[in-house]
Amino acid sequence: MDISFTDVSHIYQQNSPFEYHALKDLSFSIPSGKFVAIVGHTGSGKSTLIQHLNGLLRPTKGTIEIGDYRLIAGEKPKEIKGLRKKVGVVFQYPEHQLFEETIAKDIAFGPKNFGATDEEIAERIPEVMRAVNLSETLLERSPFDLSGGQMRRVAIAGVLAMNPEVLVLDEPTAGLDPKGQQEIMDMFYQLHHDKGLTTILVTHSMEDALKYAEHVIILEGGRKHLEGDVGEVFTQKQTLKEVQLDVPEVIQFLMDLDERMGIRIPYEKQTIDVLSNQIKQHLKARR
Amino acid sequence: MQENQIVFKNVSFRYQEDQPWVLKNVSFSIQSDEWVAILGHNGSGKSTIAKLMNGLLFPDQGEIFVHGIEVTPETIWDVRAKVGMVFQNPDNQFVGTTVRDDVAFGLENRGVDRLVMIKRIKESLEAVSMEDYLLHEPHRLSGGQKQRVAIAGVLAIQPDLIILDEATAMLDPRGRKEIISTVNNLRVETRVNLVTITHDLNEIVDADRVIVMNEGEVWIETSPRELFAKETELRTIGLDVPFVAKVTNRLKDTVEFSEQPLRQKELIDTLWTFHSQT
Ligand SMILES: Nc1ncnc2c1ncn2[C@@H]1O[C@H](COP(=O)(O)OP(=O)(O)OP(=O)(O)O)[C@@H](O)[C@H]1O
Ligand SMILES: Nc1ncnc2c1ncn2[C@@H]1O[C@H](COP(=O)(O)OP(=O)(O)OP(=O)(O)O)[C@@H](O)[C@H]1O
Ligand SMILES: [Mg+2]
Ligand SMILES: [Mg+2]
Repeated sequence: MDISFTDVSHIYQQNSPFEYHALKDLSFSIPSGKFVAIVGHTGSGKSTLIQHLNGLLRPTKGTIEIGDYRLIAGEKPKEIKGLRKKVGVVFQYPEHQLFEETIAKDIAFGPKNFGATDEEIAERIPEVMRAVNLSETLLERSPFDLSGGQMRRVAIAGVLAMNPEVLVLDEPTAGLDPKGQQEIMDMFYQLHHDKGLTTILVTHSMEDALKYAEHVIILEGGRKHLEGDVGEVFTQKQTLKEVQLDVPEVIQFLMDLDERMGIRIPYEKQTIDVLSNQIKQHLKARR
Repeated sequence: MQENQIVFKNVSFRYQEDQPWVLKNVSFSIQSDEWVAILGHNGSGKSTIAKLMNGLLFPDQGEIFVHGIEVTPETIWDVRAKVGMVFQNPDNQFVGTTVRDDVAFGLENRGVDRLVMIKRIKESLEAVSMEDYLLHEPHRLSGGQKQRVAIAGVLAIQPDLIILDEATAMLDPRGRKEIISTVNNLRVETRVNLVTITHDLNEIVDADRVIVMNEGEVWIETSPRELFAKETELRTIGLDVPFVAKVTNRLKDTVEFSEQPLRQKELIDTLWTFHSQT
């Protein structure tokens, strides 16, 4: 689904002493089927932005379009349920989206609410448990009697079970172990690819943004600081520094190699194995 | 046994009798003023260890000592007076309705003098760059701001043992580095024990020692340098090594490393030396 924000502002607790302008005149558009990363310093407005995508928050000013749905400041949105069926959001803290007595019921909640039959649900549960690498023996356990990373996996499974068209991920790998981080990101990427989803990833990992996204939007103080192709944005050290971000580790390393040793290797999303072989060749060529 | 140690002696634990053991015969000790990082796959028992250190849970078998006191239901208040812990989800530990009250709460509980209290609230919020949010509600902060406030709450009480359970997971890499180095400086100055639980492999490079958990057992206790050479083994238990270590490990057949580099600078220094030798 195509997504566009036009002049969107969000003010928390408007007209109270705690009024806070979290988004300011934000405009951008995301064509259907894109993989977009949203990055920015703590408090820059990332979670506020993505909570607008399923109508959990409404714009104080401006217009948001998501496919045929519109959220317009001051107007009560129509068909919010239809929107929530299509836009699956994995929240920053999994506890905020878990609430049922058992893991099985928690995963079933979304699909059931949106009209899936019991048979469909019974089919999806094992599928999504496998996708997040959790054992089915846990299904009858309370989602709160789990480790942090296991809770994260259940929260993700619940969103996958809804078969959304738009996947919105707010720091989805926080709390996962290194293997889990990679597996879950690869799984999202595969799904994005196979089902033609529109995917929006909020992340502090510049590495993941670089690896999985095509386009990146940088927020700072509720405004759009910069957007563009990941390869272009993530090589702009100075611009990133202005908003307290760093270039991804691999890019920094390649810059230092060039600066200190005159070894110039372009970044082409190569694996570490390939990169290491390139370094070896340069080292050998000099000897 | 020394006064300022944390000691786990053959500790086993399960949440319920009909459930599998979550910790199996776990033993280790942490010296005074040492920084120990605990790593391990999801569900390997890290948070359970943290909760046992703080007397939120008690071992089914074995013993735990915190600075000479055995952790039992009778001693939990003495133990908790020494321990400052930040939980995996900060929402679970906020008690105040404002950021200021929340940080003040721990100090009031410890009977800290009012003037000292005001000073400590100010200093600890400054240390995590949250001094502009004094009157905000902790529950209405961004994910990373919540973690910063939770850490300030622990810094303010100046505990003898600080446990950070994935306390920086929602921070950007730079914020993470800043906060961890603030806490680490405090450890050096005031000689506290620091235990950090994390999945961020770059966060542990400065730790004195690493304890790696696997399926409820201690898999290895070692230094970050030695750990990062064990890439293949770590991958078999769901873990990994940082970028610098990955590149290093792949260059070892060509370049001689006198020791495993921890940072990019060390790696590039070695490459530079190697390449200028000829
Ligand atoms: N419910 C709320 N009420 C009032 N202010 C809020 C609320 N939620 C967030 N804010 C404020 O809005 C700003 C943006 O918050 P948001 O959660 O969107 O940030 P973020 O970019 O997701 O940050 P992080 O990386 O720390 O998760 C912050 O300064 C925060 O304090
Ligand atoms: N309240 C609980 N009741 C029952 N079992 C629990 C409870 N909390 C945790 N467990 C189980 O105990 C094991 C260890 O959990 P623990 O939280 O210590 O793991 P962890 O190493 O901190 O993992 P993570 O990296 O995911 O946070 C897991 O298998 C988990 O499912
Ligand atoms: Mg956020
Ligand atoms: Mg844990």
